[in-house]
Amino acid sequence: MAETLRLKPAAVSAPAVSQVTVLRVVIILTLLASWELLARSGWLYRDVVPSLFAISRAIFDLLSHGEYYFHLAVTAGEIGTALLIGGLAGLAVGILLGANRYLAKAFEPYLYYLGPTPKIIFFPIMIMWFGVGPGSKIALGTLSCFFPVALSAAAGMRGIDKVLIRVGKSFRASTWQMVTKVYLPAMRHPIINGVRLGLGVALIGTLLAETKLSNKGIGFLIINAYSTFDMPRMYAMLIVLFVLSIGANALVGRLGGLDGIKRV
Amino acid sequence: MTDAAAPRPAMRRTIPPQVVGLSSLVAFFLSMELLIQTGVINRFIVPPPSDIIGSFGRVIVEENVFGRFLLTLSECLIAGVLLTVVGVGGGVLMHRFKLLQQACETWVAAMASAPIVLMYPLFLVIFGRSMWTMIMMGFVAALPPVILKTLEGLSSTRKVLVNVGRSFNLTPSQQFWKILFPAALPTIFVGIRLGLIFALINIVGVEFLINFGGLGQLINELAERYDLPGTYAAICFVILVSILFFMTLEKIERWLRPFD
Repeated sequence: MAETLRLKPAAVSAPAVSQVTVLRVVIILTLLASWELLARSGWLYRDVVPSLFAISRAIFDLLSHGEYYFHLAVTAGEIGTALLIGGLAGLAVGILLGANRYLAKAFEPYLYYLGPTPKIIFFPIMIMWFGVGPGSKIALGTLSCFFPVALSAAAGMRGIDKVLIRVGKSFRASTWQMVTKVYLPAMRHPIINGVRLGLGVALIGTLLAETKLSNKGIGFLIINAYSTFDMPRMYAMLIVLFVLSIGANALVGRLGGLDGIKRV
Repeated sequence: MTDAAAPRPAMRRTIPPQVVGLSSLVAFFLSMELLIQTGVINRFIVPPPSDIIGSFGRVIVEENVFGRFLLTLSECLIAGVLLTVVGVGGGVLMHRFKLLQQACETWVAAMASAPIVLMYPLFLVIFGRSMWTMIMMGFVAALPPVILKTLEGLSSTRKVLVNVGRSFNLTPSQQFWKILFPAALPTIFVGIRLGLIFALINIVGVEFLINFGGLGQLINELAERYDLPGTYAAICFVILVSILFFMTLEKIERWLRPFD
């Protein structure tokens, strides 16, 4: 009797497979099946919806060739550099604006309103300034990620508990000590959030620039697959790219101690 | 920038910060003009601001800027209608069926962090070089925030309001239209505003990339013609348009939620 009492609730509260998992599997299977059906039906132009087998073969081909990793490394290098330059510049400007209300009132509206403008339109200028090589892509990525990092850092700086600042000042901490010991640790979450947003837009900026004008990088591979109408390869690259970027975003969030991968 | 970096306390009291911001901007453009005119900066890389201002009229008249602006705006508004219908509908559906929400919310959030706009070559294949490529790209890229904000608005309705509805024995449909939806409306509008901004960014971006359509194409065309002052003027124009668009949306939002 005692045995059954102990077993029953466990069996009810923790079924082998939860309903959510079942629903997820059902949704995925339905999507895949309808995709395959659409691919075989011939309703759309050939190859616009390639068969799942063709896409999986393309993913396998893509990942088993060294060439892809070379292009991936080029793009990753560009994004990393853009994030480093744009992130540090954004952080410095954000701290400056967050610390000084007068400066914030004078300059923050410009950042606030320039932030949500399309950055890719600056690409012709970046080409003129930094050439057709990786420089112009890095510049575009830098420009893209500067704004979210700066705005988050400024907002984070203003959100710091005043007590922490007073403690720092009562210990007569220097400006550098205040930045490294009080401001940055207290602003960790907004900064990580800004970096995540920055990473997202730097990634988009860099890759879009690569699709416009380049001879290496993932963006170049995608537009190359488009011009040769190699649709399975294009789908394969988009899938791998999405997985990588969602993973990178989640990783930055996890490292910063944020839950989930929401960004709005 | 230097005059604003360390304003003296007396200055702080007398000069409003907005004036400092604006005069720094003017000082920046004046110094650029000087550096370009004296040959320190190559005028074939950065045209002097006076040339850019001078080419505004030419670009507006010769390049049919108004027509292009209307085209981009209409693409953006169609995407906005689609976003509102599908995004809000999707959010409501996910809120209504909790299981669906538990299963899909993470996916939608993940899509919000994916570079969806990179799918534009794919959309080009599906929709061809037409305005529908831009509209669908803007719509798909901006969909996740609208769904997530709708869901957030509906889920964060105050418990007391829901309980009032229950105590009046409202039917589920009445409960939704009289309680949940009005309470969630401000947050839903935040989602629609974000969605429209994302849509505009993506639409102008794709227009530029595929050299087709309204304002984005204008920049590409002028850049390909190596009309540098024209390119800079067109970029300034697009930035102005997006800032105005952003400000208008903010105004509408404030008008919709006057009590916040």
